[in-house]
Amino acid sequence: MAPPFDLNNDGVVVIIGSGAGGGTLGNELAQKGIDVVMLEAGARHEYEDFINDEWDSFAQLAWTDKRTTSGDWRVAKDFPNLPAWIVKAVGGSTTHWAGASLRFQEHEFKTLSTYGKLDGANLLDWPITLAELEPYYAKAEDKLGVTLTNNIPGLPGNNNFKVMKAGADKLGYKECHTGRMAINSEPRDDRNACQQTGFCFQGCKWGAKWSTLYSEIPKGEATGHLEVRPNAMAIKINHDASGKVTGVVYADKDGRLREQKARIVAVAGNSIESPRLLLNSASSQFPDGLANSSGQVGKNYMRHTTGSVYGIFDKPVHMYRGTTMAGIIRDEARNDPSRGFVGGYELETLSLGLPFMAAFLNPGGWGRSFTTGLDHYDHMAGMWIVGEDMPRQENRITLHADIKDAHGMPVADVHFDDHANDTAMRNHAYKQGSALYEAVGATRTFPTPPYPSTHNLGTNRMSEKAADGVVNKHGQAHDIKNLFVSDGSQFTTGGAENPTLTIVSLAIRQAEYIAGQMSAKSI
Amino acid sequence: MVTIYESKPVHETKPALSRRELLKRGGVGALLVISGSAVISPEHAWGLETSALKPETMATLIQMARDIYPHDQVPDKYYAIAVKAHDEQAGKDPAHKDLIEKGIADLDLKSGKGGYTGLGWEEQRVAVLRDIQDTPFFQAVRGGLVVGLYNQKEVWPIFGYEGESYSKGGYMARGFDDIEWL
Ligand SMILES: Cc1cc2nc3c(=O)[nH]c(=O)nc-3n(C[C@H](O)[C@H](O)[C@H](O)COP(=O)(O)OP(=O)(O)OC[C@H]3O[C@@H](n4cnc5c(N)ncnc54)[C@H](O)[C@@H]3O)c2cc1C
Ligand code: SF4
Repeated sequence: MAPPFDLNNDGVVVIIGSGAGGGTLGNELAQKGIDVVMLEAGARHEYEDFINDEWDSFAQLAWTDKRTTSGDWRVAKDFPNLPAWIVKAVGGSTTHWAGASLRFQEHEFKTLSTYGKLDGANLLDWPITLAELEPYYAKAEDKLGVTLTNNIPGLPGNNNFKVMKAGADKLGYKECHTGRMAINSEPRDDRNACQQTGFCFQGCKWGAKWSTLYSEIPKGEATGHLEVRPNAMAIKINHDASGKVTGVVYADKDGRLREQKARIVAVAGNSIESPRLLLNSASSQFPDGLANSSGQVGKNYMRHTTGSVYGIFDKPVHMYRGTTMAGIIRDEARNDPSRGFVGGYELETLSLGLPFMAAFLNPGGWGRSFTTGLDHYDHMAGMWIVGEDMPRQENRITLHADIKDAHGMPVADVHFDDHANDTAMRNHAYKQGSALYEAVGATRTFPTPPYPSTHNLGTNRMSEKAADGVVNKHGQAHDIKNLFVSDGSQFTTGGAENPTLTIVSLAIRQAEYIAGQMSAKSI
Repeated sequence: MVTIYESKPVHETKPALSRRELLKRGGVGALLVISGSAVISPEHAWGLETSALKPETMATLIQMARDIYPHDQVPDKYYAIAVKAHDEQAGKDPAHKDLIEKGIADLDLKSGKGGYTGLGWEEQRVAVLRDIQDTPFFQAVRGGLVVGLYNQKEVWPIFGYEGESYSKGGYMARGFDDIEWL
């Protein structure tokens, strides 16, 4: 049957969310002839409609529905209702993302065995290994058209990269290049080549950057097996007496509640919304929420150990020109506890426009120490720190006791405290980043605190044993056979690398598994 | 012709005087003048009409905005535009009007005889601001400025930020890699 699919069609796979995980899974299933209804809370904006303006783009794409925060992280003080900077639109955060596409390292799938038990950290080995994921990483790199893989040339280095590279050479770093980027350095897969516009975070108006919005979704739709329903906010997943899920209740564009029946439900709303939905789907049979017999739904929230370093030079840089994140140093990504922490971090070029720089350089800061920094905006270079943070049970998503959204669904509270390992890593990275810029003549550097989270991970973790986590190695709920988690909330631990390539690889692998299980009639 | 008066804090000004009052700008010499319900910069040919807040309040707000985010190369006009939203909000929301008017009155009180704008040095004014930096009034003014000041497209070139670039074909041929001094 061709789309649109009937609400009572209980043969479809319902996917909640159209971002990296959901968008990829939907296309992969559609390619295999499986009917998919994709519910997406946000609107559909095609890439021509993106806006080269930070706040206007934020208003167009970002998730601004209310959330609350708690914990000792600075975001809770500076942005109490904006714990995360992610997207509510068709394409999800792959509209905003910068395109850095890295594989995890082998040891990052085995953190408990490698790092050992750490106080206050809920480390666990993934139920899969790098070797098992490698074939899927290869498929994902081809799908995304990742530079420096598949004989795709690297992007040319912009000014910001050149400063980073000069500093990396001075510090003796060996692995510094323009990155493995899901951004075309030459036309490929019906996507343009990058024009160095410098608004990667605002959605690429050239379509040079991979996004499920214009890569996966139209391909899936062309098969006649994928229907995307924008402005459809999933509120609750229903189940029957046997404990299988049967459909998804969602609010449509007019706020009317509807139920889409389903043979399989895959949750891919990103790591705040996915556990929120599972928790909100509690029933008398599952009083703690769906798939939550382990009690782990919503726990182990990770956001990567991040921070930025900006440096001011006596001569102009114009860091905002060109690809935002095409520049990386990988030397610190190794696990080397002699630095005073386990795990590692990447250093990647980063630039914000003046409006976001003012908001994020030192939130709450004022006076000349702040403004003299901005005065030299065009003499600034910038880098982002992205490192492995420790999963902690206390860092978690819960349903707010009183505050509800427009549909009457309790909003998510995001609690986060840094682990001592996170703080040690961040301080190390601040020192290295500052030293790097000083080596090329920076007259001042800024250890800039983490922004609202762009990488949200771990809240429905994968585990070998049902008691330790929410889903198995295929992202299938331990408790409910026809319920899947398909986004970054599956991550057992976070690795040092930007997560999207891994999310996409897992989704490709999950699609194979789901198709296999469906044809074997086991789900 | 503008008559120049001695600066006085808002809470002390008699209505008659407040009509035309000079607000001495701390040491810099640029002058903001109150005329009727407007704040006027005779030197730079701009004026700002207020509708809900007292024009004196607005003039003090402009000075306060500059002291919070001082950029010597940014003219007063942009600070005025940045705080204008408080006048609009005050018109819709009496509580906001109260917050701003009382906040400014308090600022003047804390600043001694000549009021906030009577303090000649930025350091003196900043010391008063440090005193109140945790108050909802200060946070409302500071918070509003982050977007109100820095999101004005007209100020971007002053900082060397070029803004929108898609319509110009990106920076492919416009210097994305033109750094020469490394
Ligand atoms: C500015 C920025 C830069 C980034 N740069 C990089 C990078 O360079 N490299 C990298 O690897 N990663 C990057 N990321 C992170 C990356 O975008 C995310 O990790 C990835 O998109 C997450 O995929 P996801 O499927 O989990 O969620 P998303 O892509 O966020 O998609 C989730 C979707 O689900 C929808 N949704 C949520 N709840 C519901 C509901 N109840 N009903 C219906 N729909 C719902 C949301 O609206 C959203 O569209 C960046 C992110 C940001 C914001
Ligand atoms: S720099 Fe390249 S990838 Fe980024 S928005 Fe511009 S064209 Fe797109």
